[in-house]
Amino acid sequence: MKQLGDIAGVFAYLSLLTVGGGMAAFPELKDLTVNTHHWVTFPELMHFYSLGQLAPGPNMMMVASIGAIVAGPVGAVVALVAFLLPTGILTFAVGRLWTHLATWRWRPSIQHGLGAVSVGLVLAGAIILGRGAITDLFYLGIAAAVFVLLWRTKINPSLPIVASGAIGIAMYALGLK
Amino acid sequence: MSDPAPTSPAPSMQYLFWAFLVMGATSLGGGVVAYLRAGLVNRYKWLDDLTFVELLSISQTLPGLNATNMSILVGDRLRGWPGALVATLGMCLPGASLMTAAAFAYGVGGDDPWSKAFLHGIAAGAVGLVLVVMVQIGAKVLNCIADYVIVIATAAAVAVFGVSVPYALLAAGAVGIWWHRPRRGKGPGP
Repeated sequence: MKQLGDIAGVFAYLSLLTVGGGMAAFPELKDLTVNTHHWVTFPELMHFYSLGQLAPGPNMMMVASIGAIVAGPVGAVVALVAFLLPTGILTFAVGRLWTHLATWRWRPSIQHGLGAVSVGLVLAGAIILGRGAITDLFYLGIAAAVFVLLWRTKINPSLPIVASGAIGIAMYALGLK
Repeated sequence: MSDPAPTSPAPSMQYLFWAFLVMGATSLGGGVVAYLRAGLVNRYKWLDDLTFVELLSISQTLPGLNATNMSILVGDRLRGWPGALVATLGMCLPGASLMTAAAFAYGVGGDDPWSKAFLHGIAAGAVGLVLVVMVQIGAKVLNCIADYVIVIATAAAVAVFGVSVPYALLAAGAVGIWWHRPRRGKGPGP
């Protein structure tokens, strides 16, 4: 029970940090699940985050993986509900009040001001993820190739990600990694 | 918009759930928003384009995942709070089930060197993906030097100096909002 309570607390808290998307919460996700609670190691978290990019639907369904590791399927449900409920209620309420807020003069200020902060938080998440994943020039090359491909073309992002994994396997098969 | 596309009557709860379940299961590779637009505006015609963009702007302003925020707002529009609930459930169910299964598969085969080689590869690929997402959001929201200063300061505070996200969010958010505060006689921002 204590564990389920911890899961609920951690993911409800993380929920509130997802300003501009799930990646903004990544630094705090790492701190709480790896350093504070020792639910996963950093490589494990990184692996689940990356696998989560291959799963359909919203991009942070990997919170269910963490919940499942700690407390099985019930843990997965608790993590997911906790992660969605606080911001979900906020969104629901604001959605209903929107006609009043649409003309509020501070609204563009908030949208614009927080926009820059959320880009900064995504960058911080990318740096922290990169420290774990980019262990040498070879992996830097993979990240750079995926970046350029997705930036310059309109291909489905899951394709280069799967290709990255296939290259990892090929290098291992050839004894190069 | 003077000539909004005709919209269909609100769907039944079952159909709403089914539609979001299908979108949640088929929106591979992120970018759920594009799938939502194709489904809700073009295919089912439950929303016109203007409403879709308006709801999307709420979703992106508020904390929370864009895809689940959209599910809540659209579900509520169509069928009230129970609609918001089933739409969100349908959107999350496929991905969350897969990721729960992945946790068990990982427990069985995660230590295998072949799995590790694959996972290390996709982790490197994911860094590229996150950076592209950042550039795409950045292109929309960053338009003055101050914005770039806020981006660098926030990222450095969190990733280099270990400032925890809520403090960075409050401090940088306050500065950002104040910088773009409403000013008399012109639009928001300098």
